[in-house]
Amino acid sequence: MPSLGADMDVGTVIEWRVAPGDHVHRGDIVAVVDTEKSDIEIEIFQDGVVAELLVPIGTEVAVGTPLARIEAAADATNGPPRPVEVHAPVASVLPPPPAAPRAPVAPGRVRVSPLARRRAGERGVDLGSLVGSGPGGAVVTADVERGTPGRAENAAALRPPEVLVAPTRGASTDRRAAMRHAIGQLMARSKREIPHYYLATTFDLGAASSWLADANSRRPVAERVLPAALLLKAVALAARDVQAMNGHWVDGFQPAPAVHLGVAVSLRGGGLVAPAIHDADRLTVDELMAALRDVVERARSGRLRSSEMTDAGLTVTNLGEQGADEVYGVIYPPQVALVGFGRIVERPWASGGMLGVRPTVRATLAADHRVSDGHEGSRFLAAIDRLLQNPEAL
Amino acid sequence: MTITDPHDLLARLLRRIAPEVDLAEIDPDVPLQDAADLDSMDFLNLVNALHDETGIDVPERDYPAISSISGFTEYVVAAAGSHTPP
Repeated sequence: MPSLGADMDVGTVIEWRVAPGDHVHRGDIVAVVDTEKSDIEIEIFQDGVVAELLVPIGTEVAVGTPLARIEAAADATNGPPRPVEVHAPVASVLPPPPAAPRAPVAPGRVRVSPLARRRAGERGVDLGSLVGSGPGGAVVTADVERGTPGRAENAAALRPPEVLVAPTRGASTDRRAAMRHAIGQLMARSKREIPHYYLATTFDLGAASSWLADANSRRPVAERVLPAALLLKAVALAARDVQAMNGHWVDGFQPAPAVHLGVAVSLRGGGLVAPAIHDADRLTVDELMAALRDVVERARSGRLRSSEMTDAGLTVTNLGEQGADEVYGVIYPPQVALVGFGRIVERPWASGGMLGVRPTVRATLAADHRVSDGHEGSRFLAAIDRLLQNPEAL
Repeated sequence: MTITDPHDLLARLLRRIAPEVDLAEIDPDVPLQDAADLDSMDFLNLVNALHDETGIDVPERDYPAISSISGFTEYVVAAAGSHTPP
């Protein structure tokens, strides 16, 4: 069971996507795991053949428990395949916080994994008729598979299909309480362990906004880019230069070898996840926009991948156009910095002895004093600013 | 092309983005970003869905004009009247 975030102690396999004998390749999705926050697709990190599934569906196991045995694929150079016991890397190896009481399950309310809910809708199974075999009596996919499909006028037939593909709406109140609990635990740990310092500045987005408006005016809606993509790209490029902002603190600072940028995505109805966009510094602005769209959609529909939950070395939180002017973020352990952007607003701007009005954004940095200080942090913000003044080069 | 019920069209498009929102409960003159808690990605998805469904491509400078229910319905009816499908 991989650790899918510093706040995760246990997980439940709710779906196997492979069976013994299947050939798998690094990056393939082999299982879906239910965590307090959401369902996560688990990627395999090596090539091979599935020898044995060790954890049955619906079983809650601790982080670090092997989920499956993968044998290296037989090839011409070696003899018989050598079995390797595989469990996903424990990405966040900080000692887990003291075990906290799990969010109590409200009596009388059926806890249902989002996938099970979706599957029940597809099959027309009445969730209320099922006895859950998951943790705390939760209804998991296997229960739905065993359930009796309802009559034609049952669930699926009546419900418009849109509802079925909107699992964030369907997510139970329990899931939300569990997520709030998980966020609280993680943020408390961050505040307890990470000596934060904070910096703030204002970026002139005149050049970036005009460039974007011009580019978007010539594009069909499907190809339009949001200001967030430019901000993310600038942060990703700056993180290459100021290494103390990108990495993990695990018994000391480990700089990240690549720029995997976490993006805080707020979920409708409350809650927050911060999946990583891999190699954000190497994507073009268009590619980054596509990646952002994809990851936001999957975050909201509960379909993130394991690597996205663990790989970020730095996170950006962007309040967007409905947000407040500025945000002082809490660093996600084991990361060491968080960049916050408020909403873009016009402000009076003095430049070259003249007063004008420019679109601007308040940018903040929360960073870890064990790794850097205000001087490096300021350099980082200045580098982002500089990059945003040349949007065509992003 | 004519759009007979722009209000229903908006309700349908919005259901995919903000399924919990009931248009009947929203002041038709208030921006949807506030009333339905849409962020810029949600709004872009709405404009995109409108394009996919009707062929109407709302340029970015017109986003404020379609941000309320009443603005959206007026804009869509006017655009549909002048719109020639390819």
